[in-house]
Amino acid sequence: MHGEAIFGRLSGSGSVPARSAGYNQITLNCGMNNIYLTSRMNQAKLRRIPIEVPLKEGTADMSGTLIRTVSPVAARAAPRSAWRPRLGVLTRYASPFFLVLLWQAACSTGLLSTRLVASPAQIVATGWSLTRDGSLQTNLAVSLARAGSGLAIAFVAGVSLALISGLSRLGEDIVDAPLQILRTLPALALVPLFILWFGIGETPKIALVALGSSFPIYLNLHKGIRSIDPKLLEMARTLGLSRARTIRDVILPGALPDLLVGLRFAVGISWLMLVVAEQVNADSGIGHMMMDAEDFLRTDIILVGLVIYGLLGLASDQIVRFLETTLLSWRPSHRIARSA
Amino acid sequence: MNAVAQVTQGAGVPSRDDAAVLVHGLTRRFGDGPAVLDRLDLAIAPGEFVALLGHSGSGKSTLLRTLAGLDPVTEGSVARPREVSVVFQESRLLPWKRVWQNTVLGQDGADRRDRAVAVLEEVGLGHRIDAWPLTLSGGEAQRAALARALVREPAFLMLDEPFAALDALTRLKMQQLVSDLWTRHRCSVLLVTHDVDEALLLADRAVVLERGRIRTDVLIPMDRPRRHADPRFEHLRGVLLESLGVHDG
Ligand SMILES: Nc1ncnc2c1ncn2[C@@H]1O[C@H](COP(=O)(O)OP(=O)(O)O)[C@@H](O)[C@H]1O
Ligand SMILES: [Mg+2]
Repeated sequence: MHGEAIFGRLSGSGSVPARSAGYNQITLNCGMNNIYLTSRMNQAKLRRIPIEVPLKEGTADMSGTLIRTVSPVAARAAPRSAWRPRLGVLTRYASPFFLVLLWQAACSTGLLSTRLVASPAQIVATGWSLTRDGSLQTNLAVSLARAGSGLAIAFVAGVSLALISGLSRLGEDIVDAPLQILRTLPALALVPLFILWFGIGETPKIALVALGSSFPIYLNLHKGIRSIDPKLLEMARTLGLSRARTIRDVILPGALPDLLVGLRFAVGISWLMLVVAEQVNADSGIGHMMMDAEDFLRTDIILVGLVIYGLLGLASDQIVRFLETTLLSWRPSHRIARSA
Repeated sequence: MNAVAQVTQGAGVPSRDDAAVLVHGLTRRFGDGPAVLDRLDLAIAPGEFVALLGHSGSGKSTLLRTLAGLDPVTEGSVARPREVSVVFQESRLLPWKRVWQNTVLGQDGADRRDRAVAVLEEVGLGHRIDAWPLTLSGGEAQRAALARALVREPAFLMLDEPFAALDALTRLKMQQLVSDLWTRHRCSVLLVTHDVDEALLLADRAVVLERGRIRTDVLIPMDRPRRHADPRFEHLRGVLLESLGVHDG
């Protein structure tokens, strides 16, 4: 870490963003006689580290690239910042880990009845046996298929409707008002109606997921399209871009961040819808597995189901996050987050 | 107004036939408000560099937007070349396109990237070709905006306070750059600015917009590169400041 170089661009007396290993974000502030290094480490408090000016060579060219060797003061600070995240991970998960231990201890000593809640060890054992006899995979596959197809329908419907109402005034008049009214209905209240309409097969479940998750996609994409910077649209006009080109190069990429926000909400809602749909009427799926277990007082199976739902939610959130970092790589915040 | 100003005034106005840009009787009002532009006349010769001065709110941007085709012509007439480019105070780059893609936005052809590289090098941005716009400094972003304007080879270039948001040092460099680019490309230029020195450094002619019309039209007959120390510079500075209602010692 010693003699670590900081590369930055200096202009006048402003703040200069710079990057270096171990720092998420560094700002160099140049005064007349001193340089301050401000760094934001892992959302920790903003720190100001004064550096004695150990300028090795060259002079501060007002607009050139500054390549300087960090003084021992800053160099000492660097290792701390490099190992703080690891310590952070430990402290972050220490408390949940301790709680699980406590839970296990309470079950083992009989303090907590396994009729109310199974012990962590029991959950793991049950999860393993359900996996071995294949019932867990079967139910999981069914649930995934329902959520996946519902979400796919929601995506197509939400995006199409948002494009119609976002790109034309007439479309907005036709599409937006009914949707704004519909969205105030709690989608779950439609369960009885859906069962009446679609029976008890896959259709009502997929339809429920699709209905619930189209709204966040529609609403966010619509908002994104409508809130494109008018100055960029004006620029497109002065450049002589056709309407189709403007939509492709300006409007859609500009609304993409909002679409991804909507997608993230949609994924969360799709699991919620699925849980309800599978618990109300189903003969397969994770929700059904849990409802079945209730009849036999199998809290362990119910908890396995809960864990699965939790993992599914976590995994899908990670996928959307991954989409955001890859598709929105033009955002500086993502670049810094990834390089840290 | 003193003698020299009288002599130079109006002397450089091109005749109606050989003008690249011709505005005649242009009137523009917003709603029921007073006319922002009031029967305005302006002619710019091919290859001429005109600086447009005026107080904030005097209608400079309105005139430029009308010339750019962003605002409609409701009263009067405007004639201008087909190939025009505009650079605004903000660079208005698309954040999701790389610098070179921004430069040739809306341009076709297999050599798009080569053309982008060439023009970016011309404006001194050859090292940031593949950068994302949000990572550029203010000066770099304006260079990219200039490159985007130039790659279209405009016959008429409009600049609306392009350096107003830059720091003093960067502004000097950008003025130099614009001067060099204009020497090479020789398109007509309309530079909106509130900086009298900037107008005197760059333009062939300075016009002052006041109450909806061009009230002062001054030739700047100095050789380039220009120096502040030039006595004519000092004199013209006084003339322009006076027409702007500012009196400096
Ligand atoms: N879109 C608009 N709607 C209403 N008034 C406007 C609009 N654009 C400009 N104006 C008015 O026109 C006048 C001239 O504006 P502008 O051309 O932007 O001035 P300048 O660029 O010289 O500072 C101002 O009084 C401004 O309030
Ligand atoms: Mg303006």
